Order: sequence, then C-alpha cells, then structure tokens
Amino acid sequence: MSLDKEKIKHVAKLARISVNEAKVDSLTKDLNSIFKFIEQLNELNTDKVEPLTSILNQSLRSRKDEINDGKIREKILKNSPKESEEFFVVPKVVE
Amino acid sequence: MTDITNQSLSEIIDNIKTKRISSTDLTKAYIKNIESAKKLNAFVTTTFDQALDKAKQFDAKPNFDQLLPGIPLAVKDLFCTENTKTTAGSNILNNFIPTYESTVTKNLWDSGSFLLGKLNCDEFAMGSSNETSYFGNVINPVKDQLVPGGSSGGSSSALAADLTPATIGTDTGGSIRQPASFTGTVGLKPTYGLCSRWGIVAFASSLDQAGPMTKTIKDCSIMLEAMSGFDKKDSTSINKKKEQYSKNLKNNIKGLKIGIPKEYRVDNMPKEIDELWKKGKKILKDLGAQLIDISLPHTKYALPTYYIVAPAEASSNLARYDGVRYGYRSKKGKDLIEMYENTRSEGFGDEVKRRILIGTYVLSSGYYDAYYLKAQKVRNLIKKDFDDNFLKVDAILTPSTPSSAFKIGEKTNDPVSMYLNDIFTVPVNLAGLPALSLPAGLDKQGLPLGLQLIGKALDEQKILNIGYAFEKNCAFKNKIKKWW
Repeated sequence: MSLDKEKIKHVAKLARISVNEAKVDSLTKDLNSIFKFIEQLNELNTDKVEPLTSILNQSLRSRKDEINDGKIREKILKNSPKESEEFFVVPKVVE
Repeated sequence: MTDITNQSLSEIIDNIKTKRISSTDLTKAYIKNIESAKKLNAFVTTTFDQALDKAKQFDAKPNFDQLLPGIPLAVKDLFCTENTKTTAGSNILNNFIPTYESTVTKNLWDSGSFLLGKLNCDEFAMGSSNETSYFGNVINPVKDQLVPGGSSGGSSSALAADLTPATIGTDTGGSIRQPASFTGTVGLKPTYGLCSRWGIVAFASSLDQAGPMTKTIKDCSIMLEAMSGFDKKDSTSINKKKEQYSKNLKNNIKGLKIGIPKEYRVDNMPKEIDELWKKGKKILKDLGAQLIDISLPHTKYALPTYYIVAPAEASSNLARYDGVRYGYRSKKGKDLIEMYENTRSEGFGDEVKRRILIGTYVLSSGYYDAYYLKAQKVRNLIKKDFDDNFLKVDAILTPSTPSSAFKIGEKTNDPVSMYLNDIFTVPVNLAGLPALSLPAGLDKQGLPLGLQLIGKALDEQKILNIGYAFEKNCAFKNKIKKWW
C-alpha cells in the first residue's frame, strides 16, 4: 500500500509531531520506500505461526506491591522545564 | 614508559596493580589525548575534574582486588549518569541531568572505575553512521571523512583513538558490533537480559542490550563481567549467578562445531567480505573446530521485521518526551497540544521523527495485525531458525557487516540503503542471542573488517573463548596513526 500526504499528516497528528509543510513531500517519499521494503514480509504465509511474546521463554517476575522509594519529589521535579509550588506547569488547558 | 594509552585494558590494569602507573597519571594521559582529539567529535560531555578527584581518591587508598582498579572510562551518552548531563544525542535531552545512575554504569563504578566523559551517538541510538546526532558527526580515527559506524559511534571512535581504555555501548540492531567492525575493535552484544536496561535511555525495549567495546577479547571479558548481573529494577533481567568470564577464558576450541549459514552470502557483497569469511573459517578449522554448513531460511526477513518492531517500540517509548516533566520545551504553541507538537518537532531530528511515524502507523487502529502482529510472527520464525541450528552447532560464524566504513554523507539520502548496513547484525537482536564482532582483517583500502560469532543464549563464555583463540591466530593489527 502507499501512504499519501494526508495519511502522513494524520499519523503525525497521532504522534504529536508537527510536520513542516515543506518537508511533507520528502517524508512521503522516504516512508513509502521504507514501507515497500517492510512489505516483503507479505511473501510469507504466517497463518499457523504464533506471534513471539517473550524471547527469554520466561514470564515476568511478580513482586510484592509495596513502596520501595518515595520522598523524592525534589528529584522528580528537578529537570522540569517549568514548575510551581511542587507541581509541573503546563500551558492553560481549560478556559 | 611508552604511551600507556596504546595498551589494552588488561595491560593497563596490570600496570596499575604493579604500581608502574598511578590512576592519576593514567587519567591525565587520557585527558591529554581527549583534548587533542576534538576533531573526532567523540565526546558530548567531559568530566575531567570529577575523574581526577576519583583518581586521587583511588591512589590515596587503592583497592587492587577490584576488576577495574582506578580505571577511567568514557561511556555512551545513552547511559544515565547521576548529576552528569545525559543527552542520548538529542536536542530534546540537551538539558537533562539525571538524578540517578544506570545499573550498568553503577556496576562499572562499583568495580573500581570512574567516569571520564559521555560519548556521542546517533540520536536515541537510531542510526548506523553517527550522522543523526544533534551534536554532529563523529569521525572514524581510521581515516578522515569516514563514519565510525553507529549508533555507538562515539564509543568506537574514542576507543580506537586511545581516548578511553575500554567503553560500553548499546545494541538494538547492531549498534555495538557494526561500529566495532568499522574501527577494528571488539564489540559484544550480550544475551537479552544479561545486562540491566535500567537507567538506559530506551529505544526498543525488547531488543536493547548494553555491552562492552574493547581492544581485545580479554578486555571484553573483563568489562562484561563488571557490567552484567541480575537487577530487580529491570523486569526482563535474567536472575542467575554472576559469571567469571575473564578467569574462565581459554583458547582451546578443539572439537567445537561452528555453523556457516549460507543465507549470509548476500547479493552485491564485496568479494573482500567473502574472502574475510573464508579466512575466518580457515583459522577456526586450523584450531581444530569443525565447520558445518547450516541454513537460517528466514534471514532475509529479519531487517523488514526489525523495521516494524523497533519503530513500534520506539514510538511508544519516545511518547514520554512531551516537554512537561523533563527535557526541552518549545516556547511556541497556544495550548497544551500545540506545545507537545512543537516540542517534539523541534526536539527530535529527522530520523527519529521518521521512526516515530513508522511506529505510530504500524500500531494504529486497523493496521496492527497487518504489520506488528505479522512481524512478531516472523520474529518467532527467525528465532526458531536459530533454536533448530543450535541443536547441531556451538556457534555460528558470519561477516559482521556487508562493507567497510563508508564516507560521511554517502548514505544519508536513502534510509533503506542505510538500514541495509545492519543486515547481518539484526537477526541476533530479534532472537535475543549473544554475538561478538571481532576485528579480522583490512580491505584493499586498509579499512578494518569484522567477523561475527553468534552464540546460544547465555553462552557468552563460549563465543569469548572462540574469539580468544581466533585473536591469537589472526594477528590483526589496527594501523591507526594519529592524524587528527
């Protein structure tokens, strides 16, 4: 299948990446060549094959649901672009 | 004393232990090399003052029983280092200073080493030539204008140019082994789960694995021993006893069965790669190994599978960069959604955006079965190819890459031609297996070429032993002369 410009703009919207109009053409060309390459997989019949779920052949470990750190609010906020009174600050969401 | 930085890590450790050199003098020697190697652009951040402090502390109270006594090490800038900027080669993390240490680097420091600096890499480890880094291209010390491979290109360049005695990288589709091959050094991607992923900037979580990059196999075994081990903070970490890879290193490989997969002879492969492979087979045969022709029939589907699975996982992992909790935030945008969109558009480079878009698309409603589920089924077939053959052979020998290092800019206009560089390395990541790239020869331009040894899961010791025997009999010599 081929991806057109509108589809790519839609996917970019889903991925929350603004795409410069001037770059849409080259992006469309690149993504189509990548998908052409990827679609070689369609040659293979995989109807009877199970999808891989773990390469370790082991299930994930479970642990007790308990707090093992905490009281690190300062550390968590340390890299935030904008904070106020121990909260992350974002642009206005509701009017 | 001749230049200490020319030596291998194990020789340097001997010199430290016998007090022929202090950790401080060793560290100063590396700092001097790094300061005169700015042209290679291997470093994003240096931590010289901190390193010299640590070296002095070591010299004042040395502990020679550690694996890496008083050794300064530079590491890929994908490992979070407490209080030292960690960028993953991206503008979006250009101001990120972790408040925690990755498990793998912590293991290295607990073994007696300390941080010398953070090494450049492709942005979020997405690339095969170190041309996608926000901090610019890294140059291969083998020759000006050549790429050092990627994504661990700063690591391979720094190691080959004697700017660090050993280093670590990460390998999602070949990012340790391909740069090792391009610079005439040793690189190991361990079994998935052997080294903790905790504190490593995530790319594709079911494929990512950290590993050593070194000048010799012995060095590789020392580094692997220091960095590996169970970590309860990584849910896919393997809980097993720590191995003593360096102590158990031996070069007797008589009787071992080495598989030679016919599918790794690809169209348009340079004749030199084929000849290198022949040379490798002969060396192993002369050492008493038995060569067995095998078939891994789904090899050609590994790369297309990878370019579904890896971008899908990346699009999910990189959703965290939203300009709210850490990293870059755009000043443009009238509301929250626009702030997200502008932050991600300005913060990520072209290759990262491409892969996020591929990943978002293959996971989007209506396409999941056709792409992601299909890829996970093929991944099972690829894994089964290896499982079946490992009932018959101890290890598999292949070339590491389909060519030697290429020129900067040579492949940047065609993403698929860049992706094809990883054709021999990607299958191993999909199957979670360990693989070693060994320097094995030079092409007619004098550029290094590598061979790859693939092992069974958790059979690192065996491929290290084969590599050790190979190294002693191959007589590879890197001909790097300082030109920078």
